[in-house]
Amino acid sequence: MTDVRYTKDHEYIRINGDIGEIGISDYAQKQLGDVVFVELPQIGASFGKGDQAAVVESVKAASEVYAPVSGEVVEVNSGLEATPASVNEDPLGKGWFLKIKLADSGELGALMDEAAYRDFLKTLD
Amino acid sequence: MLNNQGRPTGAGESAPAYNRKTFTGNRALQTREALIFEIGRPEVSGIDIDEPEAFTPRLGALARKTPLDLPGLSEPETMRHYVRLSQKNYAIDAGLYPLGSCTMKHNPRLNEKLARLPGFADVHPLQPTSTVQGALELIEVLSGWLMELTGAHAVAMSPKAGAHGELCGMMAIKAALAARGEGSTRKVVLVPDSAHGTNPATAALIGFEVRAIPAREDGTVSAQAVREACGPDVAAIMLTNPNTCGLFEPEVVEIAAAIHEAGGYFYCDGANFNAIVGKVRPVDLGVDAMHINLHKTFSTPHGGGGPGAGPVVLSEALAPFAPAPFLRRMGADLEILTLVEETGDGAAFGRLTAFHGQMGMFVRALSYMMSHGSDGLRQASEDAVLNANYVRVGLGDVMSAPFGDRPCMHEALFDDNWLKGTGVTTLDFAKAMIDEGYHPMTMYFPLVVSGAMLIEPTESESRASVDLFIMTLRDLTFSVRRGELERFSGAPYYAPRRRLDETRAARQPILRWTPPAPIIEDEAAE
Amino acid sequence: MRYLPLTPEDRTSMLRRIGAPDIDALFADVPADKLLQELPDLPRRKSELEVERTLSRMAARNVAAGSVPFFVGAGAYRHHVPASVDHLIQRSEFLTSYTPYQPEIAQGTLQMLFEFQTQVANLTGMEVANSSMYDGSTGCAEAVLMAHRITRRKKAVLSGGLHPHYAEVVRTLSRMAGDDVMTMAPDVLAGEDMLACIDKTVSCVVVQTPDVFGNLRDLNALAAKCHENGALLIAVFTEAVSLGLIEPPGAMGADIVVGEGQSIGNALNFGGPYVGLFATRQKYVRQMPGRLAGQTLDANFERGFVLTLSTREQHIRREKATSNICTNSGLCALAFSIHMTLLGESGLRTLARVNHANAVKLADMLARVPGVEVLNETFFNEFTIRVKGDAGQLVERLAAQGILAGVPVSRLLPRAGFDDLLLIASTETNTDEDRAALVAALSSQLAH
Ligand SMILES: Cc1ncc(COP(=O)(O)O)c(C=O)c1O
Repeated sequence: MTDVRYTKDHEYIRINGDIGEIGISDYAQKQLGDVVFVELPQIGASFGKGDQAAVVESVKAASEVYAPVSGEVVEVNSGLEATPASVNEDPLGKGWFLKIKLADSGELGALMDEAAYRDFLKTLD
Repeated sequence: MLNNQGRPTGAGESAPAYNRKTFTGNRALQTREALIFEIGRPEVSGIDIDEPEAFTPRLGALARKTPLDLPGLSEPETMRHYVRLSQKNYAIDAGLYPLGSCTMKHNPRLNEKLARLPGFADVHPLQPTSTVQGALELIEVLSGWLMELTGAHAVAMSPKAGAHGELCGMMAIKAALAARGEGSTRKVVLVPDSAHGTNPATAALIGFEVRAIPAREDGTVSAQAVREACGPDVAAIMLTNPNTCGLFEPEVVEIAAAIHEAGGYFYCDGANFNAIVGKVRPVDLGVDAMHINLHKTFSTPHGGGGPGAGPVVLSEALAPFAPAPFLRRMGADLEILTLVEETGDGAAFGRLTAFHGQMGMFVRALSYMMSHGSDGLRQASEDAVLNANYVRVGLGDVMSAPFGDRPCMHEALFDDNWLKGTGVTTLDFAKAMIDEGYHPMTMYFPLVVSGAMLIEPTESESRASVDLFIMTLRDLTFSVRRGELERFSGAPYYAPRRRLDETRAARQPILRWTPPAPIIEDEAAE
Repeated sequence: MRYLPLTPEDRTSMLRRIGAPDIDALFADVPADKLLQELPDLPRRKSELEVERTLSRMAARNVAAGSVPFFVGAGAYRHHVPASVDHLIQRSEFLTSYTPYQPEIAQGTLQMLFEFQTQVANLTGMEVANSSMYDGSTGCAEAVLMAHRITRRKKAVLSGGLHPHYAEVVRTLSRMAGDDVMTMAPDVLAGEDMLACIDKTVSCVVVQTPDVFGNLRDLNALAAKCHENGALLIAVFTEAVSLGLIEPPGAMGADIVVGEGQSIGNALNFGGPYVGLFATRQKYVRQMPGRLAGQTLDANFERGFVLTLSTREQHIRREKATSNICTNSGLCALAFSIHMTLLGESGLRTLARVNHANAVKLADMLARVPGVEVLNETFFNEFTIRVKGDAGQLVERLAAQGILAGVPVSRLLPRAGFDDLLLIASTETNTDEDRAALVAALSSQLAH
């Protein structure tokens, strides 16, 4: 089992060694509604924790996606260009946005695990 | 002999429910219409023009080689195409158009007629000024009306719409700050969250940083909040008044004082000027710059999305900081000054557009203003406010108003609180209005109110018309409460189109017609 | 008041229903000392007849282009607009509707915009076009901002052949936005070397063809140099009819094409309203300003049209929008589209050839006038002449004789040393008599 962590802004990061795969949570995709476009960063770009890493667009809104931890972009999900719907259909799978090489795995500690995130969601409604 | 010839004249014994698709896809007067690219032919033209006699072109090597792919239609086909298209549109001429913030009032046809006089329509912007004195006079007279109605010291006429006017006003502010040597320190523009999107977009366009200021529970901005947000980095506030919730900002004078005290300027979004023409003069309230949407307040037709015109009135403090060109009276003659240096004080900034602004709209607006006169303009504003309050009271017991039952200006705002738990959304409710023959109100704006419904009936509606509108909306609310969800969830049922799939449009954008891919013969045969 | 349906009795009883003692009770939030007691110091209401009389008098003080031999261009052109165009745009359903926010009851406007976008794309040789800008000049300034967003650079280079007013609009916006602009010296003979200005710091190069002096410009080499350096080529036109006859910028490598659409379907209107045309390549569509109509299906799977890709726009993206534009030039776009539909490509080609032929004929006639030199090697329907003496004064004298001879370059570039240059445009509306009158008047003026 890989380790998935969440932010309060509903990004997730799935850790695989020193690589983190970033996307938005199932809750986030439901809130956004039909995703129509994802603006992805350039490979090689570096982010600090909390920097804007991508933009996800529905028909009526655009939302920034922030880097849960700092790192350098090593891969982006170019499949989203043709099928942005996978963000809705499979947010934690085919709907991933980008992969980064973690700069400091210590930053992960500040993020929520699955259970904590589920509790966090309960506080929202 | 009894004559039993002729056709039956009754309505038919018992007319059966009938739902058959027609051969054409048309439904009587509601016709389908293909794209010009599907019905036009490249060799057809609706215009007779003879080829020139032989001559030697002077095009060098740049004669067109690329195909044009522009099909033509004969004149009768053209008429039919566009008349059929027009029949798929709602219009103020055809019914109440309660689009809040947009002031869809009657567009007098006198204005159209006058704008088409050859002396206005067939005049070139770069003709010698000696040949356009009447056009310049019209601009001068219109400027005078706008200044009198707003209390302003100057007016910039060239902006092409409200948002362009915002740009003009914010540039004037930037120029004024630069003249004070504070161009690089004052970077922040205060904008309430309830503002129209053009306000923050305009500020950001010319490098200002947008700082949100909160509104109070009652939908208005407090002078205290402005004071707290003010600092040495603040350039201006952009405030809509009457605001986008349909309320006159009660502390506007104190807000103006607060921003001035802090060294900033007061930009007022004048989109809602229709509520107060002849009642209050914005510059008297402390406004430094305000655009006026001639296509709202002064009835120039909206044309399905424009053109508009957005003259900007300026206070004494900002009057020197206006864009070129300038109109100046030199004795009996009017002159156009294009060089910033010629304006005398050197504070002006450059052009916002190639020529002098929306002359066609100026003629219409002046015709409207003169027709109304000072008495009619004030009456129009009072009637607009009266109609809106009448709607507010007529619906207040069946819908929910976010700010209680206080009087509104020229538009009445409701939210979707009353829809909670019914399974009907603001969008559904709006779409059901379409089936009832109404254009929906502005929905989901302002953003600060959940599921906002902003209703602006304007002064152009008779009492009978507003009464019927109120009764219709009441009926819809009863339907919501009875749980008649299908009236809403699938609406509209009777419009030229059912709900359109916007997700599909955005996911795989088709933004132009392209020829259908040819069917490959042998594959098709299989 | 003829436009106000409420009667005094209506007002009284409506106030009663609202529960307000008088109308000013509804204005209670207005500070009492600011509420006007007197009516504004302006005339009272007037009948249709009176308003018509007043404004007609103003109109009569202007010289209408159609009433004299007329050769004025420089960014706005007098063409014949078919009667059906003006009739159709005055249909209530087009004239008096708002922006198509409710697509189910705005398919007329939306389909027309989709057709317009296609026409503009095809005319300019580009992949996508938006549903209009205010005019060519504001479109030009927005194109520069768009290029900055795409290239993430901040420096624009403007050709000396760009209409000086367009250049000024670009400079105004750029200066305010904090971006760099380099403007080449006025380039009457199209001899400037722009290639030398392009390097990796340049975001975009803005070139007009036909340029403001009338010269046609080959953009291929510029486009190549731009692309080598990661810059964009913005091509500008002010005379849309020219595209019926000359190679479109899209076929010469332009990345953004902007222009003035007035000359198809729209009157001169003393400068506005006009219609800005804006086209680009598909890959840049998300950086485009302005509205876009797109095709989709409705709940019954019928084809329909909606406004789309709106997340670029101010009402959604607010301070991060690609532009602040909201209201655009919808009805002028409709006039353009109807006129273009009537023309079709065969009509447009012929119209363009007639324009060119008329201008060539006039240029040849003027070249024979002593004291006149025609400067252009190439042109479409407008060219530059050098006259003996001051062109501005000459134009005034000709105007006094009832001939509107053209635009003195000093009107566009005051005190810049071009006082002897005159731009002369000739469209299909000019007759042999018009040309003869101009040539005769010019000859006699210059003979003095
Ligand atoms: C409150 C408000 N501000 C600004 C604007 C922008 O005006 P325009 O569409 O004329 O650019 C509008 C209208 O759309 C508006 O309603």
